[in-house]
Amino acid sequence: MPTEKHQSHWRAHALLLVVLVAMIYPMVWLVGASFKPENQIFSTMNPLPLVFTFANYVSGWTATGTSFTVYLANSMTVSICTVIANVASCSVAAYAFARLDFAFRRFWFAVMLGTMMLPFQATLIPQYAIFYQLNWINTFLPLVVPYLLAYDAFFIFLMVQFIRGIPRELDEAAALDGAGHVRVFFSVILPLLRPALLTTTILTFIWTFNDFLRQLVYLSDHSRYTAPLGLNAFVDRASGSSYGGMLAMSVVTLVPTVAVFLISQRRLVEGVATTGIK
Amino acid sequence: MSENSGTAVLDPPVTEPQAAPVRRKRKRHKHNLAGYGFLAPWLIGLFAFTLIPMVYSLYLSLTKFNLLTAPQWIGVENYTRLFSDERYLQSIKVTLLYVVTSVPLKLAAALLVAVALNRGLKALGFYRATFYLPSLLGASVAVSVMWRQIFSRDGLVNQFLGLFGIQGADWIGDPRYAMWTLVLLSGWQFGTPMLIFLAGLKQLPQDLYEAAAIDGAGRFTVFFKITLPLLSPMVFFNLVLETINAFQTFTPAYVISNGLGGPIDSTLLYTLYLYLKGFGSMQMGYASAMAWVLFAVIGLFTAVYFWSARRWVNYAD
Repeated sequence: MPTEKHQSHWRAHALLLVVLVAMIYPMVWLVGASFKPENQIFSTMNPLPLVFTFANYVSGWTATGTSFTVYLANSMTVSICTVIANVASCSVAAYAFARLDFAFRRFWFAVMLGTMMLPFQATLIPQYAIFYQLNWINTFLPLVVPYLLAYDAFFIFLMVQFIRGIPRELDEAAALDGAGHVRVFFSVILPLLRPALLTTTILTFIWTFNDFLRQLVYLSDHSRYTAPLGLNAFVDRASGSSYGGMLAMSVVTLVPTVAVFLISQRRLVEGVATTGIK
Repeated sequence: MSENSGTAVLDPPVTEPQAAPVRRKRKRHKHNLAGYGFLAPWLIGLFAFTLIPMVYSLYLSLTKFNLLTAPQWIGVENYTRLFSDERYLQSIKVTLLYVVTSVPLKLAAALLVAVALNRGLKALGFYRATFYLPSLLGASVAVSVMWRQIFSRDGLVNQFLGLFGIQGADWIGDPRYAMWTLVLLSGWQFGTPMLIFLAGLKQLPQDLYEAAAIDGAGRFTVFFKITLPLLSPMVFFNLVLETINAFQTFTPAYVISNGLGGPIDSTLLYTLYLYLKGFGSMQMGYASAMAWVLFAVIGLFTAVYFWSARRWVNYAD
């Protein structure tokens, strides 16, 4: 019996190691290749560069005619604004759903859950037409403003679930002390909601930073391009030449999200495991 | 910590039973005001960015609309045209193929790895985080660029096959294979469902396993007769979620095919074609009709899942 258990452990380990290599190898190769001279990128499977060079980063950084500094700054602006808007608006809505008793609450809650199932394509064209009328095309407004109004119901749901776990006695104690709903929300709920707010912050940042279709549709000037659009412009232009620069800029656009992941991975993995995230 | 202090305040002396309803009524009124106050941002957003656009989209789908001139009413013509549009039918074929292959692949990988991880490994945290990372980054342009290079004619995959003397194909450039690189990319991102399976596995009652061990059941019997049925709610949840996601896949198809869905429309996923129609050739009425059909198809899939769930999803309580 102990030997069998030992053996199965060994087999599980072997399987996991194979999967691990398959998962990591592409990413290690990408990073390694970005530091290789152009002519050595496809000549070997060895992910480590024999000759180490920054040339790809130097040439890639301005290869589209606009600096990646601009693209990254735009991405950071959009992502940070979206995070702030999303955290603020979703927590307010979540408080209403989780704690306040008002007419048609169940109905609106069902509607909110329903919007989570809605494919974004269903609203892509009409939203564009509306933002076009407002003269918002080629600005960051169409990307950020919806999040000021709790557009992504998923995060409302996440916070509702969390608030339901906070003992109601705390609100009621504060209410007995004369606190109104606004005070209860700010001084009781928000501080205790911190773990959910952090999960929301991390996921919103990563998803917004990596989002492509919406940014592709709304932004048309290189000066407004975000990192994914800049990289895509590079791919369009490069096709055939300058693989090194393209791979180097791929790494550059991944760095902010990977950094956020590394800092927060423990909390994030726990959060996903317990709430079940897309 | 604070639970105790809270209950002391809460437990109200049960006096004046008649006073309660009156107080509740007044309180309810107050909550209405506060409730809708707190709900207002979401409600405004719901109408502005979801409900009104959806009604507008339904109207646009019955018109000819290029954004610059006013929509022109043409009735159901967009919908009837869809079914004589060769490229549209091709995009449906490609998308269905993508959904029915990538979703099972992803879920099978997720389940397999989750079961392997669920043995009290010391490095569990490391494995979990590493396997999760690709699903977090998978939708990015950078990962698609990487994938394109790995499967290019002289990329990593063909170099690896070369070690065994196999001459690999031009995976991205060959219409027979391009689609499968997208399916594999989706399979590579099994991290999210894996985490959900892992959380489910941790909660399975151990006594069933002990009973099975006493009965001398083999590992496969245990997996298929005990683990899988107990895990079926998680399978269901992941199946619904991943199917909806798969129908909406855009970025990898766009990047790998240079935004065209090629070679010869073999990677023309639904959303990519919708984008090309709506924003490439500005046929926004037509694209709106496409969006509504997609909405209906996803709704149909979800309905079938929920309907079939009664037969195979095991709700213990």
